[in-house]
Amino acid sequence: MAESGLKPNTYRGGPDETGHFGMFGGRFVAETLMPNILELEAAYDAAKEDPEFHAELAALAKHYAGRPSPLYYAERLTEHLRQGAPAGRGAKVYFKRDELNHTGSHKINNCLGQILLALKMGKTRIIAETGAGQHGVAAATVAARFGLPCIIYMGKTDTERQKPNVFRMRLLGAEVKPVTAGAGTLKDAMNEALRDWVTNVEDTYYIIGTAAGPHPYPELVRDFQSVIGREAKEQMKEMEGRLPDALVACLGGGSNAIGLFHPFLDEEEVKIYGVEAGGHGLEVQNGHAASLNGGRPGVLHGNRTYLLQDDDGQILEGHSISAGLDYPGIGPEHAFLKDSGRVTYVSATDREALDAFQLCTRLEGIIPALEPAHALAHVIKLAPEMRRDEIIVMNMCGRGDKDIFAVAEHLGMDI
Amino acid sequence: MSPEAASGRIARRFSAVRQELRPALVTFFTAGDPDLATSEKILAALPEAGADIIELGMPFSDPMADGPAIQAAGLRALEAGQTLKKTLAMVRRFRERDDDTPIVLMGYYNPIYQYGPEAFVRDAREAGVDGLIVVDLPPEEDEELCLPALRGGLNFIRLATPTTDDKRLPAVLQNTSGFVYYVSITGITGSAAPNTTLVAEAVERIKAHTDLPVAVGFGVRTREQAAAIGRTADGVVVGSALVSAIAASLDDAGKATDMTVAAVTSLVAELAEGVRLSRQMAAE
Repeated sequence: MAESGLKPNTYRGGPDETGHFGMFGGRFVAETLMPNILELEAAYDAAKEDPEFHAELAALAKHYAGRPSPLYYAERLTEHLRQGAPAGRGAKVYFKRDELNHTGSHKINNCLGQILLALKMGKTRIIAETGAGQHGVAAATVAARFGLPCIIYMGKTDTERQKPNVFRMRLLGAEVKPVTAGAGTLKDAMNEALRDWVTNVEDTYYIIGTAAGPHPYPELVRDFQSVIGREAKEQMKEMEGRLPDALVACLGGGSNAIGLFHPFLDEEEVKIYGVEAGGHGLEVQNGHAASLNGGRPGVLHGNRTYLLQDDDGQILEGHSISAGLDYPGIGPEHAFLKDSGRVTYVSATDREALDAFQLCTRLEGIIPALEPAHALAHVIKLAPEMRRDEIIVMNMCGRGDKDIFAVAEHLGMDI
Repeated sequence: MSPEAASGRIARRFSAVRQELRPALVTFFTAGDPDLATSEKILAALPEAGADIIELGMPFSDPMADGPAIQAAGLRALEAGQTLKKTLAMVRRFRERDDDTPIVLMGYYNPIYQYGPEAFVRDAREAGVDGLIVVDLPPEEDEELCLPALRGGLNFIRLATPTTDDKRLPAVLQNTSGFVYYVSITGITGSAAPNTTLVAEAVERIKAHTDLPVAVGFGVRTREQAAAIGRTADGVVVGSALVSAIAASLDDAGKATDMTVAAVTSLVAELAEGVRLSRQMAAE
């Protein structure tokens, strides 16, 4: 499509029946898992057509998770950015407040959908991987709510920099297994979760936390997260009577971003920006986690997508101040949206994210997680370039309580 | 029936061991573990020690289907600088002295994808590789490498598992050639010992669908297990046990010692006895 110079008539058509978004996606898993993957696909296809499934999920989203999340006009931030902008510049900034969900991030949207699928499939044991711990907490939460045992795989490095979330998961009754392989971060946790799944394939449901992995995960996680974008569209029409001019979201694996973006993909007047973790800077070898801007296509964790890797195809660890973003891959639909040119993928460094974190806290009284602080860092660059009558919607996908220890350390403070 | 590899080494070897009324011993270790020079010595010594077919692991940073022993072996190899190019060069040098022992490369897709599947098939064939086992390429992704490999004269050996039921088995076998690798447990490499009765049933079930030899692996560590599995299987695969023997022979800094090659060859010799015992046991 991109090669022929013709635009597709929809950007929302993927995946195809073999699980591909253009050349990306697919089902690159060991044979042991294939029957399960096919069973999950059939279960999800049935659930999509089942009004009861949708009704049950909607009720949980409303009464348990607290949806819809507000759309909030960040007035003081907008004014602050206008002061530094050229005359007539400084777009209005709105936050989609998914940090107000139960468990403190967008991750609950996906976990509620997947636990209902697990129950439909008769699975009796839940496993999940987690980086920052937000997905682990959400998975442990739904497992507690539905009374299923839950194992969370978390890199050892991450268990140390995200202690509050480790404790929350344990309180919720989950068993947290620290993973020492590799650098002990998210990709290693995902390897270990896949090993568990291969071993316990009969009774176990794997709740993948991001819109990546083998088909149908990228599709179903996107669908469960798309409630973010659908609500934002409605709310924006109510509050401003029109669509926003730009969307901004951060990307680790990319689930909050695809959730916000997907309902807007065919609204061509809406510019869309995904913000990757720039770490120490894209020019620093293995010093960032920007798979789309600093990687190339490869195959890992069940799908073809952009990956951080060396010349021999060995996967690099990546780095970010945010434990939720330092994943060397990215959901396959983002890879497709990059190559098709529909979404612009940029990056923000650790430093920029820390500055945005502090600015937001002081100006809006909202402590953002370090992940959406990256999105905010791009908003800080973007808003002053846009006209005053233009509108940006940024996904505030998680709250920053979990990050205060890490931030204190970076700021040289003792708490 | 899928095309036979151009080299014909795998088919010849299975037919030769069949004439000896025994299963083949298939040995796995990781190329470049613990370093290139030592692993070349291991490779060269394997046929005489009793290995009938050699599976050579292509190290990968994220071996999702492997247990701790093979994960660690891959890391040792990568830290020592192993690459896919160096693995192919190892095979090329081995072939200068041994034109009979089949070599199957085993690993994950991404390093091959980065090399370029067509170029990889061509270079592997030229180096003297006979077959490929790529763990994360199920039949659903046959266009990626399986079909190019078959066209390029390499066997593509697929894993069948306890979760591969009769409905799915034909799809798994369709483009499989050389032999079928039956994974005896649902799990990662080097896990608990397989249940020999269940394995025998599974081998029978697979054989009802194909004329290809069926080799059984995952969890086989000792002469006795090799003998028991070999009663029904056409081949017995041993991997983690050999890789663990390498690990146990290393010095405190993780470097090879005088014992490293012998640690592998002595275990292979024991296992070779095991596969020779198997049919005697079956006859008793």
